[in-house]
Amino acid sequence: MSPAAPPTVDVGALPLAAGGHLLVRRALRALPDGARLTVVGTDPTLALDLRAWARGQGVPVEGERTLVRTPAAEGRWRGAERAGGAGPDGVVDVPSPRWGLALRGAAVEAGSPALHFPLATKAEVWTDEAARMYRKAAAAQWDPASLPWDTVVDHPAEVEDAVVQVMTYLVENEVAALLVPARFLAQVHPHFREVLQVLAVQAADEARHIEVFARRALHVRDVPGLSTSGGQTSLATLLAEPDFALSTFLLSVLGEGSFLTLLWFLAEHAPDPLTRAIARATATDEARHVAFGLAHLGAHLAAEPDLRVRLVNAVTRRHQALAGTAGLNEEVHDALLLLAAGGWEHAQLAEGAARVTKLAADMDEGRQQRLKLLGFDAAEAEAMSSLHTRNFM
Amino acid sequence: MLRAPSDTLLLGAVAYDPKVVTIWEGFRLWFAERGLDFDFVLYSNYERQVAAHLNGEVHVAWNSPLAWIEARRAALARGIACETVAMRDTDQDLTSLVIVRADSPYRTVADLAGARVGVGAGDSPQATLLPLHWLAAQGVTVEARRFDVLVGKHGDHVGGERDAARALMRGEVDACCLIDGNHAAFTKEGTFPLGAVRVLGQTGAYDHCNMTVLGDGHPEMGRFVELLMSMSWDDPAVRPLLEMEGLREWRPGRVEGYVALEAAVERFGTIDAFLADVG
Ligand SMILES: [Fe+2]
Ligand SMILES: [Fe+2]
Repeated sequence: MSPAAPPTVDVGALPLAAGGHLLVRRALRALPDGARLTVVGTDPTLALDLRAWARGQGVPVEGERTLVRTPAAEGRWRGAERAGGAGPDGVVDVPSPRWGLALRGAAVEAGSPALHFPLATKAEVWTDEAARMYRKAAAAQWDPASLPWDTVVDHPAEVEDAVVQVMTYLVENEVAALLVPARFLAQVHPHFREVLQVLAVQAADEARHIEVFARRALHVRDVPGLSTSGGQTSLATLLAEPDFALSTFLLSVLGEGSFLTLLWFLAEHAPDPLTRAIARATATDEARHVAFGLAHLGAHLAAEPDLRVRLVNAVTRRHQALAGTAGLNEEVHDALLLLAAGGWEHAQLAEGAARVTKLAADMDEGRQQRLKLLGFDAAEAEAMSSLHTRNFM
Repeated sequence: MLRAPSDTLLLGAVAYDPKVVTIWEGFRLWFAERGLDFDFVLYSNYERQVAAHLNGEVHVAWNSPLAWIEARRAALARGIACETVAMRDTDQDLTSLVIVRADSPYRTVADLAGARVGVGAGDSPQATLLPLHWLAAQGVTVEARRFDVLVGKHGDHVGGERDAARALMRGEVDACCLIDGNHAAFTKEGTFPLGAVRVLGQTGAYDHCNMTVLGDGHPEMGRFVELLMSMSWDDPAVRPLLEMEGLREWRPGRVEGYVALEAAVERFGTIDAFLADVG
């Protein structure tokens, strides 16, 4: 409706309470302040309903059914503020706490409550890659039921014991990998919704990893393996890290990065096709987790170069905190060796030992590469990688 | 031992709903930010509030129209001045309706002679006293069926009005009375299916709640009223308070809108016992 339209609105037989008020409000908003609008219609209670409606809206009434257009016609939307822009380019550096849960780009009513999210600056959480990474992760979700659970295990009993031990170890690491992003997920300002979505799908990935590793542990056996004090102590330092950037660094870049190498190792050397399939499937998810950590840490480092020093300190601090523990526990190390050996022949054991030695070297190599991607030089990367927990995650 | 400051401006209000605490706590903070030492006292019913006001326990009372008349008459008897200093825009020029079912035989108000008319709580001006007075003034004698919900709250709680409307739809009464805005509200919420009712009559316009001051009130009363009048819907900090209290702006008080209720109270002797009690 244009301002040139005649200042009447015909609601026909429509009662005001049955949608007529929408026509009236639309016509009123289209008029300039001070203009009159006469409401025409045949509902017998139109005039009295109109008066009551106008009173509640703060709209002045003249005579029986003529309304006066005032700023009150905009109602609660006067002074509303856009919550940034809708697209990724509409992300602002510091979104208002009052934008709260609103979709980015929505008009937020003035006087909305302030919701104080601890992670509320673009520098801390954002990466331009987030939207693409979420879509990729959503498309790559797989069904645990699609794995070959009908696999019959025919390797020696002790080798199966080793598989069960490795799975038991993996599950407690996956629980840590679930809890950390889940905790930060609830702290990120929803303005950065793509980051929220990535963290949420990451948590869903970890839930699936817990499912398949736990199921593999109990595929043949009735009880899982051992959970060691050193392993849990190492993971506890991850849970205790309150800073999103440092936590991402320790968990995603260093921890999940090392884990990725471990999963590839299992995909290659596990004694049965089921375990190898599980390792391949989980490794594709893990690679995305590492990539997201690198992407938003890279953006953070670009915005805040001093973060480099804090990253170095975080690795050193964690190393010192874990100095009194045993590192990778004997049970897991020996289980990996036997698993990779596949049997008790001397040649098999020697081969297994060589593979586990190479695993540690591959992990170190991977960590150094990722540290260089974040801008550390070769010497720094070597030093920092060597301080990483011997417990892998 | 902590003491309440003796110079605080105290407002009395009736707690007809839990939101009343939120509303006046919000006003208290807003006044405090503007340097006005303001606090509120809640009463469970208007009669207790008016009695407390007469005893000087509060300086201004947020009164229903019936409580205003109670306060005005009691003050008159004691030779105390009584005035209204503010009201909401939404308190002005209300009407009440007499509603029948669309398929009923009633065509005019006179047809309702002897009919069962559902009304709200016995002390509700809008759903009981004003429409019954309006019918009686036209010589129509009806059999009033009261739906008493929360007596003492003077109909601020809409429950009785809605119960009467439901009784109309069940055929337990032949007509019901309600405030004009509830015609649309009850239609919207489905209490009245679309096209199921007709409006048989509408009272003249009357006013609703007001801020009542007795005697000299309080030295800061002028400031209190000035601050109320300055509250703007455009101010995001104020808007939620106005919205909860159901207004767009405060207006100066006026007394012309209570003539019909004064007459209704005379006709039904509604507050005689209260006035005798407070002496
Ligand atoms: Fe995982
Ligand atoms: Fe992960």
